[in-house]
Amino acid sequence: MGTSTKTAGETLDKQEKTAAVELKGAVFTLPVLKLHSTDLPAIEHELKVHLARGLNFFKHAPLVIDLEAIDEQQGRKLDFTAIVSALHRMQLFVVGVRNTNPEQAKRALAAGMAVLKGGIAQEDISSGKNTSAPPPATSKTLSAETTKVIHQPVRSGQQIYAKGCDLIVLSSVNVGAEVIADGNIHVYGSLRGRALAGVSENANARIFAQVMEPELVAIAGNYQVFDEPNASNLYGKAAQIHLDNNRLVIAPI
Amino acid sequence: MSKVIVVTSGKGGVGKTTTSASFAAGLANRGHRTVVIDFDIGLRNLDLVMGCERRVVYDFVNVINDEATLKQALIRDKSDNNLHILPASQTRDKDAFTEEKVGKVIDELREDFDYIVCDSPAGIEKGALMALFYADEALIVTNPEISSVRDSDRILGMLSAKSQRAIQGEEPIKEHLVVTRYSPNRAESGEMLSLDDIQELLGIDLIGVIPESEAVLQASNSGVPVIRDEQSKSGQAYQDMVARFLGEDIPMRFLEAEKKGFLKRFFGA
Ligand SMILES: Nc1ncnc2c1ncn2[C@@H]1O[C@H](COP(=O)(O)OP(=O)(O)OP(=O)(O)O)[C@@H](O)[C@H]1O
Ligand SMILES: [Mg+2]
Repeated sequence: MGTSTKTAGETLDKQEKTAAVELKGAVFTLPVLKLHSTDLPAIEHELKVHLARGLNFFKHAPLVIDLEAIDEQQGRKLDFTAIVSALHRMQLFVVGVRNTNPEQAKRALAAGMAVLKGGIAQEDISSGKNTSAPPPATSKTLSAETTKVIHQPVRSGQQIYAKGCDLIVLSSVNVGAEVIADGNIHVYGSLRGRALAGVSENANARIFAQVMEPELVAIAGNYQVFDEPNASNLYGKAAQIHLDNNRLVIAPI
Repeated sequence: MSKVIVVTSGKGGVGKTTTSASFAAGLANRGHRTVVIDFDIGLRNLDLVMGCERRVVYDFVNVINDEATLKQALIRDKSDNNLHILPASQTRDKDAFTEEKVGKVIDELREDFDYIVCDSPAGIEKGALMALFYADEALIVTNPEISSVRDSDRILGMLSAKSQRAIQGEEPIKEHLVVTRYSPNRAESGEMLSLDDIQELLGIDLIGVIPESEAVLQASNSGVPVIRDEQSKSGQAYQDMVARFLGEDIPMRFLEAEKKGFLKRFFGA
């Protein structure tokens, strides 16, 4: 618990309108609950301890369950329906799972959960091919074919997503704005909003800014909130951020 | 070619209607045929500030719904033949607005007027989006405080994403920053954001700084746009703003805190 992931609607800007409904793409940061056991009572107990310790941040939060560390051959099979209702009792709302094998994906779908990116590809569900290990995304996502370049300021309420590539912002990213990339993020003005690099699990992604004063930065789901300017002595300076052993490290450029 | 200018801010109560009235009156006074439209359905403020509330018979929504013609709804300003007002209605029928219907009215206005000034409601909801949709240029009204600047940033994002120019990939809307209710003393003492801070945060060019002034309230109480109060600093500041909009190069005024005289300082007055 404590990492987070991005589910990215592909069509951030496009909207499809009909009379009764409106389909929009949107990007959300969701907390991920990584399970290390299939033992439901144990899971419940540990979570209660966490919540009692004041992790109220997660209360009423939509949650993604990560099965990467689960080996059902060794342990018991996970009862998805039971887990969902147990979490629900703790006011945690499971919206999906990731890092599933095809069989788990089928069970998750049957329990009404979505199967998210970072798990297996769609066609594998039908073909039943076993791809229990998630594909290492690093090298693939890094060799960006194109770079998304933004010339205007990214303003409060706006979101830019560079899918499958790097993002370069030649202006500023303002407070309340969010820039997201599967690759690296470069900001040649001030980074004052949120920046999430390597969102499809690219732990090698970096964030560069001419003036680093973000609200939040994240690399491959590891995030840090800067709620006070003296969180780092590089705050307000030219700096870069990378991931070292799941820890965000800020360094001068 | 006529121009549509939206006066918008995101945040409420920052001076959009005051600015719309004075800006439109200033353009008209310089000989340009100008109409100012109140997009703030349900509130009806512009007609009060312009002093024509008693002459409102039909309004913008009536025109949209084909219950009245534009000619019937337009009110001519009592002292300037070049200036017309299209008032909002008090019926809370915000759903009357559609891009298509508003577009039809704007097109018709373009035939008769040089400048079409759209006084936007606060917020980023439908009314505000309608007011900015057809804009060629925008006056972004901002007070020197963080929440106002944030909201202006938000609305600037809307201009570059939700306007017709943005959607059709045309040349972007020309954006101008208007800082209103500016108090040099309070900016100097750090109580308010400085002009530099605001410009740095928003990244658009400053076209006017309107000082905080009693004259604004007095003018709107008497139904005369403050730009016509030639004695007042805010009136003069609006004059300068209009001149800059029309391409004149005029330095900003009223930015310095008033230096207290020796005696005043001495006696602490
Ligand atoms: N420069 C100024 N000095 C003093 N008071 C001002 C100034 N500008 C505006 N005001 C006052 O601030 C109040 C709000 O102004 P105004 O109605 O123009 O804002 P608005 O942005 O149109 O508000 P709304 O969002 O409700 O439409 C009014 O009482 C007005 O008299
Ligand atoms: Mg108003």
